[in-house]
Amino acid sequence: MEATPDFSLSCPIPIDDYPHVLLAHGGGGTLMHQLIERMFVPAFRNRFLEARHDGAMLAPDGVRLAFTTDAYVVRPLCFPGGDIGSLAVNGTVNDLAMCGARPLYLSAAFILEEGLAMETLWRIVQSMRRAADAAGVQLVTGDTKVVDRGKGDGIFITTAGIGLISHRLTIAPASVRPGDAILLSGDIGRHGIAIMAVREGLEFEARIESDCAPLADLVGSLLRAGLEVHCLRDLTRGGLASALNEIAGAAHLGVSIDEGSIPVREDVRGACEILGFDPLYVANEGRFVCILPTGDAERALRIMRADPLGAGACLIGRVTEDASGLVTMRSRIGVSRVLDMLSGEQLPRIC
Amino acid sequence: MKFIDEYRDAGAARRYAEAIARATTRPWTIMEVCGGQTHAIIKFGVDDLLPPALTLVHGPGCPVCVTPVEMLDKAIEIASRPEVIFCSFGDMLRVPGSSRDLLAVKATGGDVRIVYSPLDAVKIARAHPDRQVVFFAVGFETTAPANALAVVQAGRQGLANFSVLVSHVLVPPAMEAILASPGNRVQGFLAAGHVCTVMGTAEYEPIAKRYRVPIVVTGFEPVDILQGLYLCVRQLEEGRAEVENQYARSVRREGNPAAVQLIRRVFRVCPRKWRGIGEIPQSGLTLAEEYAAFDAEHRFGVADRTTEESPDCRSGLVLQGVMKPPECPAFGTRCTPEHPLGATMVSSEGACAAYYRYRRRAQPHEPLPATEP
Repeated sequence: MEATPDFSLSCPIPIDDYPHVLLAHGGGGTLMHQLIERMFVPAFRNRFLEARHDGAMLAPDGVRLAFTTDAYVVRPLCFPGGDIGSLAVNGTVNDLAMCGARPLYLSAAFILEEGLAMETLWRIVQSMRRAADAAGVQLVTGDTKVVDRGKGDGIFITTAGIGLISHRLTIAPASVRPGDAILLSGDIGRHGIAIMAVREGLEFEARIESDCAPLADLVGSLLRAGLEVHCLRDLTRGGLASALNEIAGAAHLGVSIDEGSIPVREDVRGACEILGFDPLYVANEGRFVCILPTGDAERALRIMRADPLGAGACLIGRVTEDASGLVTMRSRIGVSRVLDMLSGEQLPRIC
Repeated sequence: MKFIDEYRDAGAARRYAEAIARATTRPWTIMEVCGGQTHAIIKFGVDDLLPPALTLVHGPGCPVCVTPVEMLDKAIEIASRPEVIFCSFGDMLRVPGSSRDLLAVKATGGDVRIVYSPLDAVKIARAHPDRQVVFFAVGFETTAPANALAVVQAGRQGLANFSVLVSHVLVPPAMEAILASPGNRVQGFLAAGHVCTVMGTAEYEPIAKRYRVPIVVTGFEPVDILQGLYLCVRQLEEGRAEVENQYARSVRREGNPAAVQLIRRVFRVCPRKWRGIGEIPQSGLTLAEEYAAFDAEHRFGVADRTTEESPDCRSGLVLQGVMKPPECPAFGTRCTPEHPLGATMVSSEGACAAYYRYRRRAQPHEPLPATEP
C-alpha cells in the first residue's frame, strides 16, 4: 500500500473554524470546551476559573464560600418529573453541592417572551418555590426582562447561588489521586430521555420521569461523616462520559470504568436504542459521581444508599496514574476502549 | 432487554471467539459491509477477541460517508433558501460539503430540522403550506421504503410543497465493485442485516457464486458479529462460498415484499457517485418517472451542480477496505472529528471516527474489587 507523506489536504474541505455559534457549542462536548478554553478562560483569567469546577470556591475574610451560576433554556417547559422552575433551583443547588457547600441563597433572572401565559409563569414560580423550600435555600434577589414574541422560547431562567463551605477539604479535580474510587449515585440517563420522549412523542409502558432533585443533603451526609471526598461532579449536559473526561483532563490523570457496573434503567436503555443515543452521554439532573480514597468507598456507599436519592449508588471504576487524561472503559464483552468526550451534540443516526 | 442482552453476553462472546480461533488455520480477510457493524466492532472491542490470522476490514456501508460532496452542496444550497424547511436525519448535519455543513446553514438562519422519520417531514409540509419542505433522502435499502412511503403519502395528500433530495445507494453493486477492483483483499463478507431485512438474501447468491466469496448476513450486536465471523471462517476453511443467514431473527430470504414493492414503485435504479470511491453503475436509486414532480434537484434547479473530489483523498481506500484508518498519515493528527478531512471521520458510523473515538489508546483494566454486589 502506498503511504504518501504529503497526504493532500484538499479532500473534503475541513470545517476548521466556526464563524458562527452552533448549537453544539452549548452541547457539553468538545466544541463547548473549546469555546470555554479559547474564549472565556483567557478573557477572564483568574485562579478560580482555572480550577474548572462546577462553581468557584472563594474565601473572603476567611469565610469559605461557593459561588455558581447557570442558565436554563429547556424545552418543553414542563416535563415528566419537573419543569424549568424546579430545574433552575436544583441545578444551581447541585452545582453548589458539588463544591461541597451547603446552599444558602439564590438569585433568579427571568427572560420572558411576550405572550407567555401568565398561568404557565405562575406554575413555574410555584414549582421554584417548592424546590427552594425542599433544598433549604432562599431566593433573595432577582430580575425580570420581557423580549418580543418570537425572540425567546417562552421563558429562560438564570439562577446564581451562594453556599457555605464548613469543612477543610478542597473538593476539586486537582485533589483527585491515582487509586481513588469512583462512585456513581444511581442509574443514569433519565432526565435526557424524559425530555426526548416528550419532544419525540415516544410512549412507554410506564412514564420515564426526570431524575431532577437537590443533592445537597446527600452530599452533606457524606461530608459530615468525615469522608475524605476528593471530587464531586453532577452529570448534567454530556452525561457521565463528559463529566469523567472533564475530571480526568483537569486532574491530568486517567479514569478507568467498567460498563457492566453502570446502572441504566431498562426503559431508558430501550429509548436510547430507539433514538440512537448512548446513555453514557445523556443528561441527568439528580446524579453525581463522588471520587474518594478506596478506603472510604465502602462507607460512602452505605451512606449514599441510605438516602433515596442515592439508593442505587455503586462503584464504577478507579482513577489511574495515566497522565494523558484519557477515560477508558471495559466493555460488556470484557474489552477495553477509550470513552471519549463527544464532539458536539448526540445526533440521531440514520440507521 | 430482550434481543439485546443475550447478544452482548460476555460468556457467549468468549465462546464464539474461541470457536473462531479453533476454526482458523490460515490468514483470512473479512469485510463487514455496514457502518453499524463497524461501530459495534470497535465500540465493544470485538476485533480484540479474534485470532491474529483473522483480519477485519471495514466496508462502505455508512450512508453518511458515501454521500457525495456535490449532493451535500446541493442540500446546503437548497437549505439556505428562505422559503425552505430542510429536514434531515441527524447525522447528515455535520458532514462537510465543499465549504460548510448543514449545521452552519442552520446557525446562519436556515430552517434545518432533524427528523426521525421522513413521514415527519410530510407532516411539516402539511402544517406549513406556505413553505417548501425538502427531505434529504439518503441511505441504503434500509431507509428507502420509509422515504418511498413519504413520497407516496405526499402525492396522495396533494402536497405540492413537499419534495425529496434523493441520494440513495445500494449495497450489492458496491460489494461487486470492491470484489472486482484489482487491489481487493476481501475474501469473505458479513452482509448488512438490516438491508437484507428489507431486500432479502437472494440478490447476494449470484455474487457469492461469481466471485467465489462467502457472504454471511449478520446482525449488529457483538455476539451476532462473532457468530457471523464464525460462519464465514468455517466456509472459507471448508472452501465453500455460499449465502448464509446469521440474522434469522430478522431476515427472511424473500425480505419484506411490501417494502420492496414500495421501493420499486417510487424509485428506479440509476448510476450513483460514492464519496471517496467514484461512480458505480446501477448503484443508486432515483425517483421514478411517476414521482419526478417530487424531485428537489429539479424543483430548485440544482441538478447540474457537480463538485470534483480530490483524487488524493484516502477515505475511499478506507471505504473499500484497502486501508485501515490508523494507516492514514492524517489520522488523529490533521484529521479529527472536530476537523474532519473526510466523511469517514465525520459520521458516527464512519470507520475513522469509530477508531478515533474508541481506539486512540486503550490500556488494560484492573478488575474492580469484590465489594460490589
